[in-house]
Amino acid sequence: MNIIRQTKWTLLELFPEQKETEAAAEETAWNNALAAEAEARAEAAAKDKESVEGETPLDQIEAEMSSIDLIEKGKADSSPEQTEPPPVYDPETHDVPFSEIPEGPRADGVLVVKYASRGVHIDVQCSPEQVVESARLLDQAGFCLESISGVDWIKEEQMEVVYDYNRTDGQFCRVAVRVRIPRAEPLVPTVSDIYAGANWHERETHEFFGIKFEGHPCLEPLLLPEDADFHPLLKDFTP
Amino acid sequence: MTVPIQCTPDETFVLNLGPQHPATHGVLRVKLTMDGEYVVKAEPVLGYIHRMHEKMAESGTFAQFMPNTPRMDYLSALSYNQGYVMAVERAAGIEVPERAEYIRTITVELNRISSHLLWFGAFVLDLGGFTPLLYAFDDREKILDLLERITGSRLTYCYYRFGGVYNDIDDEFIAGTREFIKRLRSRLPSMYHDLVTGNIILIKRLRDIGFVTQETCRKYGATGPVLRGSGVQYDVRKNEPYSVYPELDFDIPCYPEGDSMARYMVRMDEITQSLRIIEQALDKLPEGPVNAKVPKVLKPGAGDCYCAVEAARGTFGCRLVCDGGKNPYRLKLRSPTFSNLSLFGEVAEGMILADALAFMGSLDLVIPCIDR
Repeated sequence: MNIIRQTKWTLLELFPEQKETEAAAEETAWNNALAAEAEARAEAAAKDKESVEGETPLDQIEAEMSSIDLIEKGKADSSPEQTEPPPVYDPETHDVPFSEIPEGPRADGVLVVKYASRGVHIDVQCSPEQVVESARLLDQAGFCLESISGVDWIKEEQMEVVYDYNRTDGQFCRVAVRVRIPRAEPLVPTVSDIYAGANWHERETHEFFGIKFEGHPCLEPLLLPEDADFHPLLKDFTP
Repeated sequence: MTVPIQCTPDETFVLNLGPQHPATHGVLRVKLTMDGEYVVKAEPVLGYIHRMHEKMAESGTFAQFMPNTPRMDYLSALSYNQGYVMAVERAAGIEVPERAEYIRTITVELNRISSHLLWFGAFVLDLGGFTPLLYAFDDREKILDLLERITGSRLTYCYYRFGGVYNDIDDEFIAGTREFIKRLRSRLPSMYHDLVTGNIILIKRLRDIGFVTQETCRKYGATGPVLRGSGVQYDVRKNEPYSVYPELDFDIPCYPEGDSMARYMVRMDEITQSLRIIEQALDKLPEGPVNAKVPKVLKPGAGDCYCAVEAARGTFGCRLVCDGGKNPYRLKLRSPTFSNLSLFGEVAEGMILADALAFMGSLDLVIPCIDR
């Protein structure tokens, strides 16, 4: 079982509803992907054939001759591509399929996203109550916390906190856990008792955005002056 | 009436180290609670050179933030330049020509060596050895000359562009780099390892001092030579391959001891490995363009992405949030020294002050990178 699938199912513990339907969804996604692949292959084969037909007569004759050779040779066993059974989805060997990204504001849940464009493998959105539980699950799975970033979505009147997790044991899997909170009352429980390194990251996010991390031992400004009562990264901040 | 000074044997006092102190290499302040010569509690106080780079990123276009990146970690400026450029390229889906990737690799590794050489000199100076600093700066000067030729600056290089590099390298740079590799290879064993690494004073100051366990590294998110000095063979260049690193043959130096000596050895070995990388990249350097066609004003689609590179001090990460406009909506800069320093308080507890300072030197701090 590869690490991305393993982490995905670990994190699905947080979302029992998604967990129930996920196995079936994974299989459908894979079958769709396999079907698309088969179609693409058939199309490519058709294109090849067309290009062979379009070639000069000499090439055509050569191609025909070789195809005759093939037919003669392959009378007993027809070409391997045709006999190969259609690929079947197998959760043990195949990679985890990418989740479908829904349009508009997303619901809580686990998504498997494309690393090439997003820089993470697994993208989780959860409620503030689930933040500590997600950190605990990832801590037990051997992840380290790389950074915490805040985002001010002033138009939606929301704040977002993104936790970036990574592994340093040689297995390659990056996880982003994001939580949306109302802008008027930004409250998230602290994960600093699970990850000691979160202490400074949370202090930084608190001073820049005014997001309060409940249970944090010391939410004093870290980088700003000690008497700073402003939050410079808010979109409506004016110096 | 005069009150006699009360002094009990187990009384502690607060010692203020910095913000202006030669051993902190910048404006870092550490509030130390001391019991005699022993550190009871160490609490770093940050922010003396905080410039709010993240807000500056939001108030300009993507390209306008470029000159800020080398000013965070001025010693390995190109790594930060590369990290930001790669994050934007990932968001906008820009492909970089192969020659540009090779040039990036050559220059960033030269920068890594110059950063490690400066650390070496300053670290040994902290421990009381003056001469090695002169040797290290002599070699570093050669790198600065080489990079000045092509980037136009000697310290805060801003050489990479979205989709390529600022300009192509020439034959003189290639010849100069080859000569430098030969020169540093011949000097490393005698002038660095024989003089410093095998020196009994250095060994006594570093061995078995400042233990950082693998678990501590994981809990604090420490990366780079600190993590590799604790026996974890993790390097973004190998574990999360980017640029042309998968095509080059190099090793990740890793020492399991976890003490200050291990971190010293990791950096010294990394100089050798970087030389190997540069040599191979020069041999394989392909012909071709050094810039992709990129619109003057970038407008990546709405969405966010994360991008990490291996800087000289560890993982430098950018979380870039775009809203479809021509400015970054939010740019989070994850600096390696910030996380590496956060474990200082826990590890320095119970150390003698002089050892705590040697341990701090072995973390290789660059303060503008912590404060951003």
